[in-house]
Amino acid sequence: MSDAADDVTRAHRDEWARLVGSLTRRFGDLDVAEEAAAEAFATAVARWPVDGTPRNPAAWLTTTAQRKALDRLRRESKRDVRHQEALMLHDGAPEPRGAVDDDRLRLIFTCCHPALAMPSRVALTLRLVGGLTVPEIARAFLAQESAVGQRITRAKAKIKAARIPYRVPSPDDLPARVTGVLAVLYLVFNEGYLASGPESDPVRQDLTAEAIRLARLLHGLLPDDGEVTGLLALMLLTEARRAARVEGGALVTLDEQDRAAWDGALITEGHRLVRTRLAAAAAGTPPGRYQILAAINAVHTSARDARDTDWSQVVALYDQLARLDPSPVVALNRAIAVAELDGPEAALAIVDRLAPALDGYHPYHATRAELLRRLGRRDEARAAYDRAIDLTGNTAEKAALARRRDELR
Amino acid sequence: MQYLVSVIDDRVNPGRDDREPLISAFNERLIAEGHWVFAGGLADAAAATVVDNRGEQPMLTDGPFVESKEYLAGVWIWEAPDLDAVLELATEASKVCDRKIEVRPFL
Repeated sequence: MSDAADDVTRAHRDEWARLVGSLTRRFGDLDVAEEAAAEAFATAVARWPVDGTPRNPAAWLTTTAQRKALDRLRRESKRDVRHQEALMLHDGAPEPRGAVDDDRLRLIFTCCHPALAMPSRVALTLRLVGGLTVPEIARAFLAQESAVGQRITRAKAKIKAARIPYRVPSPDDLPARVTGVLAVLYLVFNEGYLASGPESDPVRQDLTAEAIRLARLLHGLLPDDGEVTGLLALMLLTEARRAARVEGGALVTLDEQDRAAWDGALITEGHRLVRTRLAAAAAGTPPGRYQILAAINAVHTSARDARDTDWSQVVALYDQLARLDPSPVVALNRAIAVAELDGPEAALAIVDRLAPALDGYHPYHATRAELLRRLGRRDEARAAYDRAIDLTGNTAEKAALARRRDELR
Repeated sequence: MQYLVSVIDDRVNPGRDDREPLISAFNERLIAEGHWVFAGGLADAAAATVVDNRGEQPMLTDGPFVESKEYLAGVWIWEAPDLDAVLELATEASKVCDRKIEVRPFL
């Protein structure tokens, strides 16, 4: 019996987005699609253990969900003649198989539309593409279930009322729109990677795993998009270090991590992706920010020992990133690499110039604290650790910073 | 599908007022491409009067229904197939008018 339950779980993971996508195209309504897909899976949970798993679960789910959607539309169409007409147009239309992958892409672009607020895009993508339930999303972001439910309902209402189109953007708009989708996935990943809540576990593996799953899906759909490849590689190479990142409730910095605990399979996969982008760059396609960040992570994960890190390569990559994105946060990260290459004094000079922009940003104070500590300026270092501890919300980071500070007593 | 397109001006930081020729040319294009339904510039918000006859007596109030730093300077009604089409036009309209634009669908 538990086999059938596993089958439902697997089908949910593999088929949810496809199902919601094709239902949305067929019925022109996200709400109808979401509800019918959810009902189809609820029926599967009840029926498969009794009747056995159908030979073709995807086809069974599609048929069941379409019947649920038609039932709902027929109920509603008693009040609305136009619906009835729409039904007659669509009922029984054959499924063009080649359009299925496009359906998932359409769904992703609709959920991540720039006319929706970022938290709405995140919630909608996790629900409609990821198949997470509202309680799961609420737990992940430490939000009230009712607030998340309302956010999703309002977003769907806006999509319908303002007629946000259900289609893949035109080639002209595609790069900008892909960037918007990647921002949503990266936000989900980062919230998992460095969870911000005081009540939250420091690393939320459910969120990093979901972000990677969505990035894999997007990479499968847009295999030639360099930035999609870059973001997937960046996530994999970051996730590969997860087991070594937290020890005894405190974050472990990159140089002190037990590299034997890194996940070799993820690193191999990430490096392979980075190599495809290096080849494209060599052929004249300049890399975007995610590709450069992935390359930086590839340099780190190529070193068997922290001392073997090719810091000149890291600094060169940050130089490239800074040309693309001259933000103070990039300058800060570059300074960390400069400290390894040219020493802490050179790095501190760069960091101090960033004070006006980054005074409220905890990594700024944490970086300064480390540099001051290496320069033997202990009192200033302690004060900087205190500022960083005050500003960070992540429990494991607080613990790690407090330990570093207390070593200076 | 029709959208109300509002041109929003800012009392503190008003847009340039030499936009008329550009707006006329933009209107010509809206007409030629089949988007134009209606357009109208509005007199200053101080010229507004609010009527409220929900109670026993009709009440007249001098001025706009809400006092704010930003106010409606003019409106369009556009016909467009979907939001993406409208947003593309609105992006241009904002440059042409040198003002913020709000896009809102009709029911």
